Amino acid sequence: MSDTGIAAGHAAAPHEHHEEMDFWSKYVFSTDHKIIGFQYMFTGMFMALIGGFMAYVFRMQLAFPGESVPLFGQVTSGDYNMLITNHGTIMIFWVAMPVLIAALGNYLIPLMLGCDDMVFPRLNRLSYQIFLLSAIVLIISFIVPGGGFGGAWTAYPPLSASAEYNHTDWGSSLWVLAVALEFAAFLLGGINFLTTSMNARAEGMKMMDIPIVVWMINVAVILFMASVGPLIAGAVMLFLDQRIGTSFFLPAGGGDPVLWQHLFWFFGHPEVYVVLLPAMGVVAEVITTFSRKKLFGYKTILYTTFATGVLSFTVWAHHQFVSGIDPRMGNIFAVTTLLISIPIAEIMFCYVATLYGGSIRLTTPMLWGLSFIVEFLLGGVTGIYLGASAMDVYFHDTYFVLAHFHYTFFPIAIIGVFTAVTYWFPKMFGRMMNETLGKIHFWGTIIPFNCIFIPLFLLGMAGQHRRIYNYNNFPDLATENLQDLRVFATSAMVIMLLFQIPFIVNFFYSLFYGEKAEKNPWKANTLEWVAESPAPHGNFKELPKVYRGPYEFSHPDAKEDYWPQNVPN
Amino acid sequence: MIEYLIPNASSFGGEIDYLFDLITYIVGFWFILTQAIIFYFIFRFRHKDGVKAQYLSGEEHHEARWVHWPHYAVIACDVIIIIVTVRIWLDVKMDLPPPDDKIRVVAQQWTWIFVHSGPDGKLDTADDIATVNDLHVQKDKTYHFELQSKDVLHDFSVPVFRLKQDAVPGRTITGWFKPTKTGEWDIQCAEMCGIGHGLMGARIIVESAESYSQWLARQSVTKTGEALAAASVEKPSLPFTKELNRSFE
Repeated sequence: MSDTGIAAGHAAAPHEHHEEMDFWSKYVFSTDHKIIGFQYMFTGMFMALIGGFMAYVFRMQLAFPGESVPLFGQVTSGDYNMLITNHGTIMIFWVAMPVLIAALGNYLIPLMLGCDDMVFPRLNRLSYQIFLLSAIVLIISFIVPGGGFGGAWTAYPPLSASAEYNHTDWGSSLWVLAVALEFAAFLLGGINFLTTSMNARAEGMKMMDIPIVVWMINVAVILFMASVGPLIAGAVMLFLDQRIGTSFFLPAGGGDPVLWQHLFWFFGHPEVYVVLLPAMGVVAEVITTFSRKKLFGYKTILYTTFATGVLSFTVWAHHQFVSGIDPRMGNIFAVTTLLISIPIAEIMFCYVATLYGGSIRLTTPMLWGLSFIVEFLLGGVTGIYLGASAMDVYFHDTYFVLAHFHYTFFPIAIIGVFTAVTYWFPKMFGRMMNETLGKIHFWGTIIPFNCIFIPLFLLGMAGQHRRIYNYNNFPDLATENLQDLRVFATSAMVIMLLFQIPFIVNFFYSLFYGEKAEKNPWKANTLEWVAESPAPHGNFKELPKVYRGPYEFSHPDAKEDYWPQNVPN
Repeated sequence: MIEYLIPNASSFGGEIDYLFDLITYIVGFWFILTQAIIFYFIFRFRHKDGVKAQYLSGEEHHEARWVHWPHYAVIACDVIIIIVTVRIWLDVKMDLPPPDDKIRVVAQQWTWIFVHSGPDGKLDTADDIATVNDLHVQKDKTYHFELQSKDVLHDFSVPVFRLKQDAVPGRTITGWFKPTKTGEWDIQCAEMCGIGHGLMGARIIVESAESYSQWLARQSVTKTGEALAAASVEKPSLPFTKELNRSFE
């Protein structure tokens, strides 16, 4: 412990005493990075259930407009707006962010770097507590008088800025407050991740020996910290507009509503990469392990990740091609947007090349990892249509955008998370998950996923615009063919939700009764597999030393087809 | 491919449909090729007992070229798409051809008000004709529209024209279109604008010169534009209050 420098100074209980801690200090007020990671993970999963239920309700309304939805009842237009708004908000800010960045970052960074905890454990705990508070504020916003905020997750003013327009006086203010609190929580977490990665690595671990997922999480938090400032400022201004009558975004008082869009998307687009990068990092770990191959072009991937990060700050106005900005800007942002396809394509090619010459075993985590590449590619290429400004004139705010977005975010927030959970479950909980249930869950999720969103591309091409609770009000969109597509998508969605039951059963059954996991069940190289399963408080009996990079699979000089980072020879 | 799903009725709609096809051919080729390679690799390099995986770092030049070359192809394809999209963007949004007629489009929660210039072809004159939720235009005439909003953001979207433009309160945004087909289609509000967003539709009626002038004549007989404009610009008393929210379904 002493040779990790700053980590030695933290205030966690000495390792030999950790078993004496009571339930509260062990699981609730813990400063252990793994427990905080679990707290984020379980909170995120709980929020995912709420977000998923919301999607179920509004998809049912679209398939069977006006009929009572089982478990919910009649969906009014106000309900519908509230459901879509908070589905988006929850899935991005309270599921993707906490699980991919906070849970995985907290759990993996110290373990993969071979140190005993984060360098600022109390800051870490505070970060989770603020995050939990933000989730509670958001949930309260659903039940206050007037109901939850319904102005879309992008919260464009003037609609979001005045109760006169949105009719959700309290709901919209609590929504802004929750979002701002959540960002403050992640700022604290981000500082911690960076400092730990820079200062607390195991002896011998050079920058180029850091596992790619840790790199990507770090680049993600840099992007987050550099982009979130304008949005927090915007959230404060929006809150002031709502509550004390300022006019930052209200034209009647001299404000400019388009300013919010710039502040929102200046954060909002890097945000895509903030959640994408950790998911891509997870996939890199999994595909190298299960194809027994060294990651193809580690440095190429790393440098293109940096390039992606820098470019991601220059593309935000592609969300605003038709928002009333100077049309000359459209050309600039079309060029930068298409440019960002280049580094991402390069990373994808490296992943595909990693499979070449491998010895591929299709375990459940590997199926998830490969499906990420396969599905994300469709999300990536459909982005080209939307980045082309002239095409976006037609597709802006249609279901084509929605389907594209879900083909990127579903791989990120759902496939990426399942990849990570199924892969690290043995290390997290010391037991193996059931492979058969895992595969049933995999196919039962992936097939319906495509059946949901491919019809939505077609609906978007047919001109169906977003955020409409009943398309019968638009004669051109009320045709039988289009309605059939909506019913098909909804049916697939319900099937996909039902197939989450095998996962929940598998997760909790394996947690208590699964086969005991050995230290390194997948025969992987990175340092987390050196610790016991489950990793105890303090992580390692003695801190590991690092002798090589993280992906030395099938090395000609190694005795076996893997060569852990901590083994001298 | 889009015209199989929805007709095109404007002069620049064809260009946008062409851009869709172009992008589909380019990215479709790469998409299918990449997917084929992925599935081939998964099958070809599946685990076999006794066969060890290869050791490749991907850092050597002769290895890295396998990702760099496809990557140069991506850049080339991007350049083609950028050139075409910028050219069409200039046509649709930047180089407005001289107008034959003008209309004013005023959006408010949750209706569209269309001010037609009337027989004299000029806005803000006594013969203006204001209508609520239906817009009459003539085939093969170039229109400039002045887009305004009275309250929140709205979006003037005419899918058959492949046209979309946000309406921003406090600004007047000018755009253009030229209908090329007669018929009646949806106008949408494509920007979330509150509880009634799902009801904020209108119809566009593209007419031949003859039936357009008949429509025009009917309007001037029944009421003067000015009076109607004054009447309809007041916010319609729609029951969209919190209490009546429940009545939408």
